[in-house]
Amino acid sequence: MENNRFLEIKGLNVSFYTQKGVVPAVRELDLWINKGETLALVGESGCGKSVTASAIMRLVPAPPGKIESGEILLDGKDLLRLTEKEMQSIRGDRISMIFQEPMTSLNPVFRIGEQIAEVFITHYSMDKKEALAKAVEMLDMVKIPAPEKRVRDYPHQLSGGMRQRVMIAMALSSPNPGLMIADEPTTALDVTIQAQILDLMRELQKSIQMSLLLITHDMGVVAEMANRVAVMYAGRKVEAGDVYDIFENPMHPYTVGLLNSMPSNEKYRHAGRLEAIEGNVPNLLEIGSGCPFESRCRYAKPVCREKFPDVKEAGNGHSVWCHFAGDIKFI
Amino acid sequence: MYRFILKRLGLLIPTLLGVITLVFFMLALSPGEPARVILGERANKEAVEKMNAELGLDKPMHVQYVIYLKKVVQLDFGKSIKTGQSVIDEIKARFPATIELAIFSMILASVLGIFVGVISATKRYSFWDYASMFGALFGVSMPVFWLGLVLIIIFSVNLNLLPTGGRMDIRYYFTPITNFYILDGIIHIFKTGDPKVLGSALTHLILPAVTLGTIPLAIIARITRSSMLEVLKQDYIKTARATGMSERKVIFKYALRNALLPVITVIGLQFGMLLAGAILTETIFAWPGIGKWLYHAIESRDFPAVQGGIIVISTCFVVINLFVDLLYSVINPKIRTE
Repeated sequence: MENNRFLEIKGLNVSFYTQKGVVPAVRELDLWINKGETLALVGESGCGKSVTASAIMRLVPAPPGKIESGEILLDGKDLLRLTEKEMQSIRGDRISMIFQEPMTSLNPVFRIGEQIAEVFITHYSMDKKEALAKAVEMLDMVKIPAPEKRVRDYPHQLSGGMRQRVMIAMALSSPNPGLMIADEPTTALDVTIQAQILDLMRELQKSIQMSLLLITHDMGVVAEMANRVAVMYAGRKVEAGDVYDIFENPMHPYTVGLLNSMPSNEKYRHAGRLEAIEGNVPNLLEIGSGCPFESRCRYAKPVCREKFPDVKEAGNGHSVWCHFAGDIKFI
Repeated sequence: MYRFILKRLGLLIPTLLGVITLVFFMLALSPGEPARVILGERANKEAVEKMNAELGLDKPMHVQYVIYLKKVVQLDFGKSIKTGQSVIDEIKARFPATIELAIFSMILASVLGIFVGVISATKRYSFWDYASMFGALFGVSMPVFWLGLVLIIIFSVNLNLLPTGGRMDIRYYFTPITNFYILDGIIHIFKTGDPKVLGSALTHLILPAVTLGTIPLAIIARITRSSMLEVLKQDYIKTARATGMSERKVIFKYALRNALLPVITVIGLQFGMLLAGAILTETIFAWPGIGKWLYHAIESRDFPAVQGGIIVISTCFVVINLFVDLLYSVINPKIRTE
């Protein structure tokens, strides 16, 4: 299995140095993505998902952000040790990224064709004319109608769904697509458009055998897209495993909470009400050495406050970081 | 795009008509009779009436207005009361000097200002950022007359590198054709092969241009910095970086074009202000521009000269603003397609 790993993150720590103090945004994170598979990184806003994505691209804004320690191995090569120049040749080539807000992710003063063509100019050393012809091809690939005409459009002339297609086209223009990081790619879109975009991503992923790191807080999207799931909470990974195991047998109280808050999930819902997780994500500045979910966990005991739990394995790669995993009976 | 340009050009006419009307009535209704100014306090009634008839001031106001409009359209602003020369000829002799100085100051201020602003935004909180922003603050706060004098002392008196004032070395005899001395200098080279006139015109331009350009430079640098900082936070910059393009390209191509929008507005406004004449700079460097001329015209109640000067300057101002608007729509596609 080891040599099948496309990307592996080991012991990643990312902090933000703010005026109020040091915010540990990601702590001791281990993740891996196999070739051609989809890993969903799940958690609510501010839990470190997007920071992790930025860290993989080495685009954490610094200052205030800083990658403190860890390794990010791509085909065995540590990205954190590369020079900026070497990293530039990896961005948009081996790893590409699409973002949450299609409305603001495209440059408003350049034609979309030019923006896609930029990838070809950067990584294939094409001239502008060839690159623009390629851009038309890419628009066709992401099923934008009349691509020869659309290539001359500016972002504000396109709808949100169309713009996200353009973003996908840009991400797929890379010469050696290995991994696409999709940071909440459908959050800002209408539900019907969401389904179209997800279908498109799945189809393209299959046809070019690419890995996908899907960042989302929507368990519905996870169920539809992912092979494996990693659940993050307040900068820590709390549960990870095969998508079936996570949905059928969630072991961390936070994962259970996330599943309960899914409107379509009959299994975990009781009393006919949509359940919310009580409270808010703790302030990362004040977080101690214990389990970060302790303040919101209805099963918490004193030990949870004192010590972050060791991993517990439940077989088939299903790991959970909870002192009482397996002991709790979820209602 | 063409419709946009036509629409903006169409708006030019009522704006200029408004300016002309305002200038006419402002002076026509202001106290003090021009005839008395010309003839002096003790002129007798007959002489004043005769002078009024000569100037056309005996006719009713609306008739005067129509006559004035007709003349202005033909670029006839009448004769200067003080010198007796045609106002338009006096403007033609001086305005090119002002335009030339303004253009060079603005080129200097824009190029340097944008560059400094970008560097200080991308190297935020570094030594360069603090140094250039301190410099910009210093530039804005500096009195022009003081800066001009200091420059003269250093570069003209002590180092003897540049002339202290004027537009051209008096030893060179040449007939100006356009009154833009840089242009005339180039024409002179084509005619005679002698580059000295152009060289002299350029060296005379340096100190006044630096003096006049300092404040716009500082303003442009500050605006560019803040606009650039705003743009660098945008998602599309992250997108650009994620495609693997070099940081230089991200900044100078993808970010700068967005950041320039507010900067262009400021450049246009500053340029318009410089055209109205820089009296202080013109005085220090004995620059024969329109600012000083207009100042003297106002001082001596030379109504035709004041009217002509204001109309020409405001026309330029309006045209520059039109140009800025067009440039704006070139950079920002949203304006173009709406």
